[in-house]
Amino acid sequence: MEWLLFVPLAALALGTAAFVILLRNPIYCALALVGTFFALSGLYLLLQAEFVAVVQVIIYAGAIMVLFLFVIMLLDVGHEPPPWLRRDRPRLLLGLGLVALLVLELAVAIGSWIAPGIRGPYTSDYVNAVGNTQLIGRLLFTEFLIPFEITSIILLIAIVGAMVLARRQ
Amino acid sequence: MSHIWPMFNQIWLIPVIPLVGSLVVGLMGRSMRRGSVALIACGAASLALLASLASFWRLLSLPPDARVLRHSLGSWIASGELSVAFGFLFDPLSATMALVVTGVGLLIHVYSIGYMGEDRDYHRFFSLLNLFLAEMLVLVLADNYLLLFLGWEGVGLCSYLLIAFWFERPAAASAGTKAFLVNRIGDAAVVVAMIWMILLFGTLDFQTIFTGAPATLSHGSLAASVLSLLLFAGAVGKSAQLPLYVWLPDAMEGPTPVSALIHAATMVTAGVYMVARSAPLFQLAPVSLEIVAWVGGITALYAASIALVQTDIKRIIAYSTISQLGYMFLGLGVGAYAAGIFHLMTHAFFKALLFLAAGSVIHALAGEQDLRRMGGLRRSLRVTAGCFLVGALANAGIIPFAGFWSKDEILLAAYASGHRLLWIVGALTAAGTGFYMFRLYFLAFEGESRLTPEAASHLHESPWSMRLPLVLLALGSATVGFFGIPPESGVFHRFLGPSFPVSGHQGGSAPSPSGIGLALAALVMAGAGILMAFRYYLRDPKEPEALAERYPTLYRILVHKYWVDELYDDLVVRPTMAGARFVSASFDAGLVDGAVNGIGSLLGSAGALLRRLQTGHVPAYVLSILVGAVVLLGYLAFHG
Amino acid sequence: MRGAGCGVRGAMTGTVPLSAYLILSAALFAIGVIGVVIRRNALIIFMAIELMLNAVNLTFVAFSKFLGSMDGQIIVFFVMAVAAAEVALGLAIIIALYRNKESVNVDDINLLKG
Repeated sequence: MEWLLFVPLAALALGTAAFVILLRNPIYCALALVGTFFALSGLYLLLQAEFVAVVQVIIYAGAIMVLFLFVIMLLDVGHEPPPWLRRDRPRLLLGLGLVALLVLELAVAIGSWIAPGIRGPYTSDYVNAVGNTQLIGRLLFTEFLIPFEITSIILLIAIVGAMVLARRQ
Repeated sequence: MSHIWPMFNQIWLIPVIPLVGSLVVGLMGRSMRRGSVALIACGAASLALLASLASFWRLLSLPPDARVLRHSLGSWIASGELSVAFGFLFDPLSATMALVVTGVGLLIHVYSIGYMGEDRDYHRFFSLLNLFLAEMLVLVLADNYLLLFLGWEGVGLCSYLLIAFWFERPAAASAGTKAFLVNRIGDAAVVVAMIWMILLFGTLDFQTIFTGAPATLSHGSLAASVLSLLLFAGAVGKSAQLPLYVWLPDAMEGPTPVSALIHAATMVTAGVYMVARSAPLFQLAPVSLEIVAWVGGITALYAASIALVQTDIKRIIAYSTISQLGYMFLGLGVGAYAAGIFHLMTHAFFKALLFLAAGSVIHALAGEQDLRRMGGLRRSLRVTAGCFLVGALANAGIIPFAGFWSKDEILLAAYASGHRLLWIVGALTAAGTGFYMFRLYFLAFEGESRLTPEAASHLHESPWSMRLPLVLLALGSATVGFFGIPPESGVFHRFLGPSFPVSGHQGGSAPSPSGIGLALAALVMAGAGILMAFRYYLRDPKEPEALAERYPTLYRILVHKYWVDELYDDLVVRPTMAGARFVSASFDAGLVDGAVNGIGSLLGSAGALLRRLQTGHVPAYVLSILVGAVVLLGYLAFHG
Repeated sequence: MRGAGCGVRGAMTGTVPLSAYLILSAALFAIGVIGVVIRRNALIIFMAIELMLNAVNLTFVAFSKFLGSMDGQIIVFFVMAVAAAEVALGLAIIIALYRNKESVNVDDINLLKG
């Protein structure tokens, strides 16, 4: 049953991700990225992480991508020549070789992984009984209170920094 | 009033007040007006004097045998069995020293207001003066050797800083260095003595050591002799005795109030005080006492002989100081501790007076210090001349001025203890003293004027802030001797007596006919010196040159101060410098610098090589990050 | 107990194992890396980086589920917050750059040259 949902979502995520890095018009790239985010949000739902799934849509697909589109339109970025026509091919090939190596290593790492099984107290039944969002909220305001507050400071700094940087001199 | 004085047992305030004054003036004086700087510094000095007087008053209210005040500020060092406290002790000896130091020190502070009035570093000077006072008070009020040594070194440091006060003058800077280094020789001996005392007694506390000494060190034992001689070696350095006196004449490079402070109230008296304080130890070592007496006697005569022919007004007084300190050690060495301290006190008055008067002359003549270009100054500097005359009479030991009573008591004690030869040395010195003091007086204040036109135009009497201390010190120089009448049993001696062990020949008898005869003989010697000075320098001004021509060798020896400076230069300074240069050229420049520079250039060239990686090209950075990720993940995948 | 990692072969019928998520996440991550390597447009590179971040988020959430711990989801929350801050700043930098250079091509950005 799960597979029926997982396979399409995974295919959607991979496909749109490929579009992100292959399409030449940045607008299309950004829209493809929105698709990836939605696919991932669906996967989160499948993993019973409802809160993260919703936040994924609100923050990534909503706020961040709007920002991207806004900047793309503001800057009027031209189309980029396709990678295979570029002059610095050696470096490109070196990069791709490294990526291949990385993929190999990831495969080895995942293949040799021994999953330890459920360790923590938050079994599916328990999470379903209490409610995912309520659990996260409780944790954020107890155990992770200080990191949570620090996050607010980081966001504040980012706001101020972005304004300073983008201000016309 | 008197009912509040007995409550006063805050003797720690005495050194702390000038210390605070020093810190305030030193740290904040730059932004203060000169008047406030002077006010704070002099205020701190006078508060210290008041605190000393209050403690002194309280001391007097106690019965004579129990006149000791103690105050501990807590533990300083506690290491294993050794523990040293920040403890202060106020007994008759400390009281005398504290009163002299704060009293004379205060007058010198006031004098400095006028003398240093034009100086750029006004606040630095007053900060150092206060610090000097504080360190000296720590020294005399300490109740153990380590705290004494703290003050001892502090005084040494301050003397360095003050002698080299005008550090842009090479002569001043090197004089400061010389004073510091020569003092180190004696200080090393004191450190050795302290370590030995820790081993012997397990403590550095005065009381414990002095009560335990007779049991631990038997009378006349080698250990007692060596220990006391080590302490005396420190005193020799600090109090400028043979053979470590060479720093004191050079110390004249400092401002004149500093010379007065070093010579009269602080610094040089530290050695005398330390020997007097350690009297119970010296009492166990007759050999050491004998050496102390002879070093003192020979230094007295030696320095007086050099002073006969010098032409720098401050240098003559400096050699006079060395000579008078010799008297003090002579007195200590023959067991007349109270007489030695008595001379210390009277000397503090008249030597401060002489220096400040000389400073007044120098001030009036815009820096001229050479006697050959003075003369006849009495007509324009009346107060200074009168005060100087009082100081000269006191220094020469003319009755009834202060120097007479203390010096003749020392000579009497020397004679009474069987040191006839030392008495002759002392009497000869008295004659020399009379001669050089009045040679100085006649050449500077009487006779024809030999001023340069420039100096003559500048000639003026000093401001009141300089004249007032002169007059007060002159009064003191004239009268403090009366505390010592009759000899050996006067008010002063009865007060000081409980601080010292009773030595064999300190009877306190009434002046005997032979005693009076001896005193008269010394007086006649001094008078003869004065008469000779009168004849050679006032009546027949040509005569000294004739004398110098008749005895060229003697004259040259004296003018060149026995070539001792040159001797030390050849024997110690030059070899040391040569060694240092060799090490500096070979070891330091070659090995140390080579290693340091080598590492530096290695890193430099490595950096130049690595610099090529820094392309500033973002995709290149991305690639290197990727390489790092691949390597890390590879490690985790295949080994983790 | 040997878990989901080696169980891809016969599991098409039951629940989706952890390894499936890990493989998907690794693939997304690799795509992001390739994007960073092959593209020259700073904006696209930025998007590729977001892709990598999301791949990692997926790993966290998957582990959170399969280990019975909420920590993974909490971390994802923080990653999102930081990513938002990062995007705001990064885009501001890109705008500033564009004003100076009239370009968002990373080949033109070499001011850091030592």
